Amino acid sequence: MPWPLWIPAALGLALVVLPVAGLLLRADLARLPELLTTPAALHALRLSLLTAALSTVACLLLGVPLAVVLARARLRGVRLLRAVVLLPLVLPPVVGGLALLYLLGRNGFLGYLLEVTAGVRVPFTTAAVVIAQTFVAMPFLVVSLEGALRGAGDAYERVAATLGARPLTTFRRVTVPLLLPAIGSGAVLSFARALGEFGATITFAGSLQGVTRTLPLEVYTQAEVDTDSAVALALLLVAVAVLVIAIARPRAWEGAR
Amino acid sequence: MKKVASLLLCVCLAVGACTAAGHGDRTVTVFAAASLTESFGEIVDEFEAEHPRTRVRLNLAGSSRLAQQIVAGAPADVFASASEATMRTVTEAGRVEGEPRVFATNELAIAVAPGNPHGITSFADLAGAGLTVVVCAPQVPCGAATERVERASGVTLRPASEEQDVKAVLTKVQAGEADAGVVYGTDVRAAGDQVSTVRFPEAGRAVNHYPIAVLTGTGQPEPARWFTEFVLGPAVRKQLNGAGFGAP
Repeated sequence: MPWPLWIPAALGLALVVLPVAGLLLRADLARLPELLTTPAALHALRLSLLTAALSTVACLLLGVPLAVVLARARLRGVRLLRAVVLLPLVLPPVVGGLALLYLLGRNGFLGYLLEVTAGVRVPFTTAAVVIAQTFVAMPFLVVSLEGALRGAGDAYERVAATLGARPLTTFRRVTVPLLLPAIGSGAVLSFARALGEFGATITFAGSLQGVTRTLPLEVYTQAEVDTDSAVALALLLVAVAVLVIAIARPRAWEGAR
Repeated sequence: MKKVASLLLCVCLAVGACTAAGHGDRTVTVFAAASLTESFGEIVDEFEAEHPRTRVRLNLAGSSRLAQQIVAGAPADVFASASEATMRTVTEAGRVEGEPRVFATNELAIAVAPGNPHGITSFADLAGAGLTVVVCAPQVPCGAATERVERASGVTLRPASEEQDVKAVLTKVQAGEADAGVVYGTDVRAAGDQVSTVRFPEAGRAVNHYPIAVLTGTGQPEPARWFTEFVLGPAVRKQLNGAGFGAP
């Protein structure tokens, strides 16, 4: 490794580490327990963990098949499809929120149908938070899975097929086990992204304690009036994210390689 | 050749820097409450017409957020807040020069879909079942005012969402997601025929006062003072009245 790489590498690391250190320095550590156990903070933490878990499940249910289709289907236009699937990665979250609103809101075509046929209204509900989080987090899962699928090739699946396994059996007994490590890392990434989701949530789901106000939204609300409390909540968010990555890391990251 | 090119580049940069500085042109940075968006847009144009050498840069957002930014050292020269409480945050941090002065007042109003399809006529109607109501979070001035009205009128709202500023509430009503939103009368007026207004008498129990102040540590104390005086002056008063603001 050429030694000059150390300089930009150190700067890059500093760009990530120093702001977090700044948060730590600014935090009122003595008051931390008190600030983190207010009803508002506890509501937000519980809601965040719940919705992020639910949206991770949704990402798995929808994203795994999607990744397999994108990696294996021999269709024209798959490249275009892949670009569309990755759109939420690059869209500003507020745009995502507006898009969801104009689909599932009261005046959106699907939202209107839902309301007329089933009396269901999506915006301002916890379900809206889960949908917004799934929208922004699923591409992370799809990207890591698709890469793994392409890297692994389809040799095992072809062998299984020549041995007489039907497609669904091959998928269940060969493809999924082969992909487990990548699924693990993708799920962790999705969970972490869902946990940090902000823009789409506040645009599409609104902000109400206990219903739609997740940790990032609570940080934003508190930042209006009480910096100490906002900083404490921000630290909590960082801690949860680090914890999630640290717990899931060893196997998942090896698998992703 | 290379030398000539770099020399040329230097000259260009130097000239560029001079033009950017604009031969004595000065820029005042004004932090103003989101509810002042429309009015201050026009006021700034008039001010710049009167002071051709002075440019005004507007930063519009929720007052509480602006106050936090100013306390944290944001390079602002003037602060126009939607409430005296948020101005106090800035004063207590020692960033206000002299005394803040009130230049306008504003009252809450209910924004509903055009034609008021749900027939809302009073603040108490908002507590009715089946209505999706959106308000400001109590942490921001319009939310604090809404809370005061709730207390004064004994009506408890069950909002679907508590937004970060009046404009966000209005957007939810305009998009048709909320049946009603509690905002300022001036915001409904500025939204034109996209929404209808329902006025209610209890709004008088929670009038918001808008103070303006020159901030300390500004590099532009003079133009900052001109702008503040301009906003407090009779021409602007008339214009603010036209937009639906009350006189202090």
